[in-house]
Amino acid sequence: MSKVRVLVGTHKGAFILASDGKRENWEISGPHFAGWEIYHLKGSAADPNRIYASQTSGWFGQIIQRSNDGGKTWETPGGEAMPTGGMPPPPSNKFAYDTSAETGKPLTTHQWYDGTQHPWEFKRVWHIEPSLHDPDTAYAGVEDAAIFRTTDGGRSWHELPGLRGHASGPKWQPGAGGMCLHTIVLDPSNPKRMFVAISAAGAFRTDDDGSTWKPINRGLRSQYIPDPDAEVGHCVHHVAMSPKKPGVLYMQKHWDVMRSDNAGDEWREVSGNLPTDFGFVIDIHAHEPETIYVVPIKSDSEHFPIDGKLRVYRSRSGGNEWEPLTKGLPQSDCYVNVLRDAMAVDTLDSCGVYFGTTGGQVYASKDSGDNWAPIASHLPPVFSVEVQTLP
Amino acid sequence: MIQIVLPAHLRTLAHVDQEVSLEVDGPVTLRAVLDALESRYPMLRGTIRDHLTLQRRPFLRFFACQEDISHESPNKPLPESVAAGREPLMIIGAIAGG
Repeated sequence: MSKVRVLVGTHKGAFILASDGKRENWEISGPHFAGWEIYHLKGSAADPNRIYASQTSGWFGQIIQRSNDGGKTWETPGGEAMPTGGMPPPPSNKFAYDTSAETGKPLTTHQWYDGTQHPWEFKRVWHIEPSLHDPDTAYAGVEDAAIFRTTDGGRSWHELPGLRGHASGPKWQPGAGGMCLHTIVLDPSNPKRMFVAISAAGAFRTDDDGSTWKPINRGLRSQYIPDPDAEVGHCVHHVAMSPKKPGVLYMQKHWDVMRSDNAGDEWREVSGNLPTDFGFVIDIHAHEPETIYVVPIKSDSEHFPIDGKLRVYRSRSGGNEWEPLTKGLPQSDCYVNVLRDAMAVDTLDSCGVYFGTTGGQVYASKDSGDNWAPIASHLPPVFSVEVQTLP
Repeated sequence: MIQIVLPAHLRTLAHVDQEVSLEVDGPVTLRAVLDALESRYPMLRGTIRDHLTLQRRPFLRFFACQEDISHESPNKPLPESVAAGREPLMIIGAIAGG
């Protein structure tokens, strides 16, 4: 029988929730890396036992952790014994921005909150996206916004500087949560194509394996920036793409739920009858690429559901027409948030949908969202949720 | 043997339960002790000193013999009682968060 593993990153460690394919009884292991912030952990599609985790701390900096046994044990890539006899030390999993080959100085600066230019400063890894084909290759989206790649299982990371070096880089500006590259989407139909999203620069696409990038923000409209239709400057919260329909992208922007049918070249709003189109997460049914999910949040100043009712909204028409999903979710006095990386789906025949809250609950639906139940209730605030469907 | 007290989070990361004991070749300076510590426990690289600059992380402090030596030269010899292993070098995380 199939199994499901839910990888949960929280404010105080990582947790792994496991069940068989019935998805009725869940075993929770953790906290892994107790006390540390785990922004994200995700398994490799090429080897599900290979899991990468971003472990971070304001005191001790950034650590990448790696498991080769499905999360039972962990190791720090690059943390192996130092060689003797004058051999150079192994690469540690540090993140160093590329510099100019001529001058050794930073490639660019970016725009600070007050409009002045500011040097890039590495803070943490927000998202790790393992390659679809090679367990030793993964991408990391970091704050301040940049994308890095490892091809040696996380021991060494190298920036793909074409993104940060894009001509618009000096115009990028942090959002309230910092200037983070939080979304990385790999295109299963085109190994050279990848999408990223940055708060508050917008969405970008590469068609040459990360060498060059183009902003893909046409159609986005953000009232809170000087030019609402600007090429960059949009606060994109999350982007999702169904592997069954590459090229069709869905976006939860700061405000507005958007859709693109041409790989981000143009976007149109599909917020439709949502009670509010502010939110963070967006995800897609595993088998129905026109069925999408969001969790509407009241506003950018009130980060909780409207009227204290936690409701997932589902559209079966690729947007515009939405229905609230409430069965099993708290419908009074609920004032949690659902952060941008905290929703995922499994690929069982009856698609499971999962999301985590800042209140420490992880909810699951094993029937595409019709009915929900908590599978963990008292975790630290949840940053991220990923799901592995195992044979 | 030099005795080093690590913050709890770094003990977890290094898989050690209590004080770390290290031999240091040559003069016992802060730099030499941290080099030896990171050599024995490579997973600590970047957590006490910045990966690139080797500067102390802002929210960490170094104490020896009840004295804050965080701002002293890393090349200055540590107190004799630390070098002799009678007193530990303490690496302390700032208390913050309420």
